Amino acid sequence: MIHLRHKLAKDDFTLDIDVEIPDAGITGVFGESGSGKTTLLRCIAGLEQEEGLPVHKRNVGYVFQEPGLFPHLTVRGNIEYGARRATTHRIDGAPLVDMLGLGDLLDRKPDSLSGGEAQRVAIAAALLRSPDLVLMDEPLASLDRKRKDELLPYFDRLHDELSVPVIYVSHDIEEIGRLCDHLVLLDGGKVAASGDLFEVMSRVDTPVLSGRNAGVVLWATPVDHEDGLTRFDFGDGDIWAPGEYGTGPNSMRLRISAHDVSITRERSAQTTILNVLRAVVEEIHTVDSAVALVRLGVGNQNLLAQVTNRSISRLGLKPGERVFAQVKSVTVRH
Amino acid sequence: MNIFGPLWLSVQLALLTTFVLILVGTPVAWWLSQTQTRWKPAIQAVVAMPIVLPPTVLGFYLLILLGPDGAVGSWWVQLTGSALTFSFAGLVIASCVYSLPFAVQPMQAAFESLPRQYLERAWTLGASRLDAFFSIVVPLSVRGFVSGMVLSFAHTLGEFGVVLMVGGNIPGETRVISIAIYDHVESLNYSAAHQMSLILIVFAFVVLAAMFAANRRWLER
Repeated sequence: MIHLRHKLAKDDFTLDIDVEIPDAGITGVFGESGSGKTTLLRCIAGLEQEEGLPVHKRNVGYVFQEPGLFPHLTVRGNIEYGARRATTHRIDGAPLVDMLGLGDLLDRKPDSLSGGEAQRVAIAAALLRSPDLVLMDEPLASLDRKRKDELLPYFDRLHDELSVPVIYVSHDIEEIGRLCDHLVLLDGGKVAASGDLFEVMSRVDTPVLSGRNAGVVLWATPVDHEDGLTRFDFGDGDIWAPGEYGTGPNSMRLRISAHDVSITRERSAQTTILNVLRAVVEEIHTVDSAVALVRLGVGNQNLLAQVTNRSISRLGLKPGERVFAQVKSVTVRH
Repeated sequence: MNIFGPLWLSVQLALLTTFVLILVGTPVAWWLSQTQTRWKPAIQAVVAMPIVLPPTVLGFYLLILLGPDGAVGSWWVQLTGSALTFSFAGLVIASCVYSLPFAVQPMQAAFESLPRQYLERAWTLGASRLDAFFSIVVPLSVRGFVSGMVLSFAHTLGEFGVVLMVGGNIPGETRVISIAIYDHVESLNYSAAHQMSLILIVFAFVVLAAMFAANRRWLER
């Protein structure tokens, strides 16, 4: 485990963090603007305070929101900058350059790169420094949708192939749900929740993850195709999603937003909704005067449904009851 | 009559002054570009004073400071046995004070225009502060260094009032070209004054044109 303990007061903001995260995999840090995400990363790197170990001795890799490549060096020079100063060499340069698709860019200058290419170079530079911990501060936030979609598969590969722990800061819960294994929620400079990604995302009582951000990630295995859809098996039922995904033993992540899930008492035949799953009401949490979040047990996984308080009282929903969850939309990750 | 003696002395003085100013001015410019102290405006004003002060005022106080009874001058006498005033070494010190802002200001401007993220990235990539300065800041501030060097050199070359106050007119020691020209005009030797002045005009033009051409090439790259 990595123990993060940071306190910082500046102007009208106080950061007070004391949390343990796993020493492998990607830990997402999620929170709204001003919740202290970037400040936390800067504290870990030693960029925020004068005292303590100097930055260059902390052995952390830092990927900033803007790539910030050194303009007087080639791509190769930028990548090697950290490697030449590293005390250990745990990551090999050539395979990493291949993995990030940088082979053809090595002799280019940074000003001729696209935003996504530049960010890949910045990631390679940070990793070749052979850090004990990699900090990523919204590395996709400065890119448009298209560039983001180009870059995400590289992150998936890093996730699968690298052993160095990563802290990934984002205000986009979709990104976090796709990439991370562990999740820390920040609110007003404090940790609001922390734990396994799937567990934290299926909690109903965390205000940070309400509204648009409420929803779960499921593990499911693609089993077959039909009518341009893929059928996913998630242990206790099937979910259909548009698109044809390669079937095989590998599980994929399905993201299901709470506002795409509704609850019925009986299975209706007359509906356009494909995915109707048997579920058990586990917990009901009132978010505000109008809406509530309901956690549903589906097999050994969970769904969240965002419904109105009026619907809950009309249906008389209580924990422990058997219902049907109608899932309107599923996003497939990986 | 030797035209090139005074010119050569001026060039030597300007080169040496430029060299010392890059060594001394770089840390000053870097500190000014990074500091958050509320005294920054006052310190900047002190550095910039030689721009607005009449050279005679500067020369007058330097004469007192560098003289055998002055704070710096008496220490120098103890150290070397000779006086700083009316010597080439004294001229170098005086020129450094006189041209300091011309070295510091372009360098400071170059340092301030560097995105701070370059530094922070260099540190997180394992570079110490000094390492990051030489591997990132220096190569990205070349224009600031070139401007600072050319301006210090040119400003020292054209120096007159301060030299007159501190150095006087000793051939081979303190008789720089501007003093020599003044001397020739005083003694109504206009042809010698013409020759020296023309050399200086051509020299100044060539140096400045070369700097602007180098700057343009640099921009185009």
